[in-house]
Amino acid sequence: MESWRAQPAVFWAFVLPGALWLLLFFFVPLGLIWVLAFGERVGPVEVEITWTLANYLAVFDPVYVGLFWRSLWVATVATLVALIMGLPVALAVSFAPARVKPILLLLVILPFWTNILIRTYAMIAVLRSRGFVNFGLEYLWLLGKAFLMPFGLDEIVMGERFEPLTLLYNNTAVIFGIVYVYLPFMVLPLYATLDRLDRSLLEASLDLGAGQIRTFFSIIVPLAKPGIVSGIILVFIPALGTFLISDLLGGTDSLLIGNVIERQFKAANHWPLGSAMSFVLLYITFAILALRAWLISREEARARP
Amino acid sequence: MLGRNPIGPLEYTRRLWLRLWLLAVFVFLYAPIVILVVFSFNDSRRNIVWQGFTTDYYVRAAQNASLIEAFGNSLIIAFVSTILSTVIGALLALALWRFRFPGRAGLDGASALPIVIPEICMGVALLVFFNRIGWPTGMPWPLNLAPIIIGHVAFSFPFVAVVVRARMAGFDRSLEEASKDLGASEWQTFWNVTVPFMKPGLIAGSLLAMTLSLDDFVITFFTSGPGTLTFPVQVYSMVRFGATPEVNAASTVLIVVTILLTIIAVRWQRPDKQAAELG
Repeated sequence: MESWRAQPAVFWAFVLPGALWLLLFFFVPLGLIWVLAFGERVGPVEVEITWTLANYLAVFDPVYVGLFWRSLWVATVATLVALIMGLPVALAVSFAPARVKPILLLLVILPFWTNILIRTYAMIAVLRSRGFVNFGLEYLWLLGKAFLMPFGLDEIVMGERFEPLTLLYNNTAVIFGIVYVYLPFMVLPLYATLDRLDRSLLEASLDLGAGQIRTFFSIIVPLAKPGIVSGIILVFIPALGTFLISDLLGGTDSLLIGNVIERQFKAANHWPLGSAMSFVLLYITFAILALRAWLISREEARARP
Repeated sequence: MLGRNPIGPLEYTRRLWLRLWLLAVFVFLYAPIVILVVFSFNDSRRNIVWQGFTTDYYVRAAQNASLIEAFGNSLIIAFVSTILSTVIGALLALALWRFRFPGRAGLDGASALPIVIPEICMGVALLVFFNRIGWPTGMPWPLNLAPIIIGHVAFSFPFVAVVVRARMAGFDRSLEEASKDLGASEWQTFWNVTVPFMKPGLIAGSLLAMTLSLDDFVITFFTSGPGTLTFPVQVYSMVRFGATPEVNAASTVLIVVTILLTIIAVRWQRPDKQAAELG
């Protein structure tokens, strides 16, 4: 690495486009909504910046606090489900024979090449009451009924008619959608760490008499921790801010913070409140990232003798 | 299965439960998309049960002028945004890789922010930005796409910078010195030594930028002006009015186009690779 003074012209040519773009089209816009969050609505579109805290206080209204809680809760559950689903997948991919590995990796990445809106829309046909999950369940129900018929138990056990499960337009659907859309974000960082894992440690553990399950929890999971943390963050943050998935798959009682922010900027036209909510969401994000940085530095301090 | 050698302790991929798990996850990932594609050929307006094969809805989607316009616009946005993101991201990566300067750590951290913050925050911030600076709305095509492109570049180029920097980490600077010792100018060295080494990073980064642009909904949704048609926003309003096979047909076309573009982009780098191996 050399000092920028060695070649100032080259340095500026390299650094300026990115730095300016970042400043103009990222930090200035964020700065604008930061200021706007201290504004008051004085007309349908006019906002006066009075440095009031009313918008931030409004966020702490029980209605919105409940909303933040629900968003955190939905994002947490979805992240855990993605972790549980994704960990065995990452393990299988990283231990796959060299011939199969690229194919499996491609299969994990491929859904990314489909627009998020299309993937979310695809979930509707699967989850709705006349959707494929319910068709599958109905088929099983009919099988069960046919099986119980000779014993005269069918009416008692299975009921008279198949009742489709309500899978769409509720929180479960939103969690389903988040896991569906963001699962590759979980698998890829997990794969990246598991792939670098020193296999002799696993062999040592198994040789010394630990079972597969014990080896998994005492060797693989601790060593894969950086990947697990990255995966959790990569799924949790977009899940927390999602508005498309909850908009299309959620019901009236499964609005998330993203939906309410969107509403403030589109239908309700209350930009100061929307800005304040965006910044609360940003502060939560920063807190999570700070927590991660702290965990990493603690880990590093421990690793050093 | 039984006749083969026993499963080794670390051959996880050969364990039945893990295979079933993998199968289940891939069914979960792919079944919805496969169903979507299959049902784009369904001869039923309500599109709940299979009624018979038809390509009517593709014809209908092709005759939907606003859908076609939206589709073209989204491809233009992806194209321009990919080029700009690749150039800006690669230059930033080079600056951070090559130079020591005051505020380097700050720029490094700041350029990672668009990657990590929730998309909706960036979306509403850009909405407010274009509104407050009085960005002219109702501009003639293709200038009306500029705000969307600006937004896409803003969240894509940091990804390109990360990818290119990872590639440059393995670069031996003595190659540049050798080139200059042998009489090449700074520019010739950059163009004939640094850039060829950077190329795989550039290709990976531009593919990523293209995918991000085609995959995006939120930023496009917030930066599209009232008269600007883009594919995700158009499909979004169609979905809100009801899930018809026409939406499935339009989605299928986008899926196919994205996969084709990616295959072309991957193929495109092949001849270079072969040439490099031969030379």
